[in-house]
Amino acid sequence: MTKVIFIDHDGNNHQINATQGDSLMEVAISNNIPGIDADCGGLCACGTCHVFVEPNWLSKVGERSEMEDSMLEYTESVKSNSRLSCQIKISEELEGLTVQLPEEQY
Amino acid sequence: MKEESFFEKENSIPDPWDLPLETFDVSKAEIFESNLHGEYFRRLRKESPVHYCPDSQFGPFWSITKFHDIVAIDSDHKRFSSDTNIVIGDAEPELVTPMFIAMDQPKHDVQRKAVQPVVAPTQLSELEVIIRQRVGNILDDLPENEEFNWVELVSKELTTQMLATLFDFPFEDRHLLPYWSDVATTSETVGIEVDMNKRQEVLQECLAYFSKLWHQRAAEPRKFDFISMFAHGEDTKDMINDPMEFLGNLILLIVGGNDTTRNSISAGVVELNRNPKEYEKLMSDSSLIPNMVSEIIRYQTPLGHMRRTALEDVEFKGHTIRKGDKVVMWYVSGNRDEEVIENPDAFIIDRNKARHHLSFGFGIHRCMGNRVGEMQLRILWEEILKRFDRIEMMGEPQRVLSNFVMGYSNVPVRVHKK
Ligand code: HEM
Ligand code: FES
Repeated sequence: MTKVIFIDHDGNNHQINATQGDSLMEVAISNNIPGIDADCGGLCACGTCHVFVEPNWLSKVGERSEMEDSMLEYTESVKSNSRLSCQIKISEELEGLTVQLPEEQY
Repeated sequence: MKEESFFEKENSIPDPWDLPLETFDVSKAEIFESNLHGEYFRRLRKESPVHYCPDSQFGPFWSITKFHDIVAIDSDHKRFSSDTNIVIGDAEPELVTPMFIAMDQPKHDVQRKAVQPVVAPTQLSELEVIIRQRVGNILDDLPENEEFNWVELVSKELTTQMLATLFDFPFEDRHLLPYWSDVATTSETVGIEVDMNKRQEVLQECLAYFSKLWHQRAAEPRKFDFISMFAHGEDTKDMINDPMEFLGNLILLIVGGNDTTRNSISAGVVELNRNPKEYEKLMSDSSLIPNMVSEIIRYQTPLGHMRRTALEDVEFKGHTIRKGDKVVMWYVSGNRDEEVIENPDAFIIDRNKARHHLSFGFGIHRCMGNRVGEMQLRILWEEILKRFDRIEMMGEPQRVLSNFVMGYSNVPVRVHKK
């Protein structure tokens, strides 16, 4: 298990014990974290699993793919630390990973 | 097999299970008009999920019918192009109206980004107030104790008013919007015979009207409406100099928000009446509305397909799709894929994972107006529940003739006020 923390748009912290190998999106959905829609079910094709990764974690979660970049381009509030949570795999190195949720998914 | 006799007796449409797969052709608009396409696609999903039709009125084409295969093609915009043609039939080259839904990167991205803010989620809360008010007015004016066509008095009227709002279009002329939309979608390219020259004439009138609006908006400060956003956008402010492109993008925004939402509004009434248990669930728990909205949009699949053109030879599921081949992604089939959606033929308003459907497409062309569409339906049903015990369907609905727009021209109803 790896501990990850979601901070929702209202500022509430949700601390979750995540299964390694799951995507961060799957962790959010199976724990009913509000604010993730994940319409495409994790195929990097809808952009509705958008999160902001705390800056000190950015290098650890890896790089965006070209497709992820394209999908993020259309989300309203995209920032340099935006990621699609279905593209982040939970591993041991991510113990303590903290992400924020945007106001709305698009 | 469902209602076997239905195929031969009531229609000239053959039973799909009797047809040879080598020449199997799902593109005939009549199949959809008669609501018999479900069984055609069931056969393809089962026996030939990536299917090549060597000859049809639109020429040869591939049919992609399974959910995940559709997502794969839709997301693969580098190899499957949207350039120029995105429905099964090709438009005559001189009648092509460029629009960003029918463009590849990078131009697509530039134009989409220019207008997207109009329908972005944070913009919607302001829109919600206006839409709720207009929905209320429409519902309050409905005739009581008499049968009427829900499509005309509600679906069409509401969608039109919403479009007029998004364009800041002169309200008294708003009926022009669905008129232009109908003319634009009534085309040989989706299997309907029409006088294509007459069609072009009407679209020129549309262009002239909007050009006038453009010049007005360009001279005024920038506002949040589609025309103003294009006219003031850094990358789009010269669009007016390319009239066909301007027209194309207008049509896109009119059609994109018109037939789709209109037919989802109609479909809600149709399916709730066909599924009285679901109607009861809704009446006893209005918090189901957002989930129901997604289910309506899945179940109806307002746009039955989108089409791509292969830019190179592609190996796909054991088939070689050749460069230049037409590839049709049948959303209307993927939304019934029994391997992805449980009990897909059932309309279930509290369905689990109802948002997981193909109706808005996926990838870089994924519907730009999905949140507005959903919002409209949500507000409509919230306001309906406040006013009516029942919207009762009085007879069989009439579907439209198209392999692209999945919709209704007539849904006879009677409303029962609270
Ligand atoms: C229930 C309602 C709606 C449905 C089912 C729907 C469906 C679709 C589909 C299937 C696509 C193409 C996706 C693809 O190729 O992958 C699309 C694109 C688009 N839709 Fe919608 N739509 C709806 C409502 C709206 C509304 C209300 C608007 C505008 C006000 C709109 C504007 C657009 C635009 C501009 C595109 C092109 C996006 C692009 O190419 O990047 N749609 N829509
Ligand atoms: S779930 Fe669709 S992009 Fe992540």
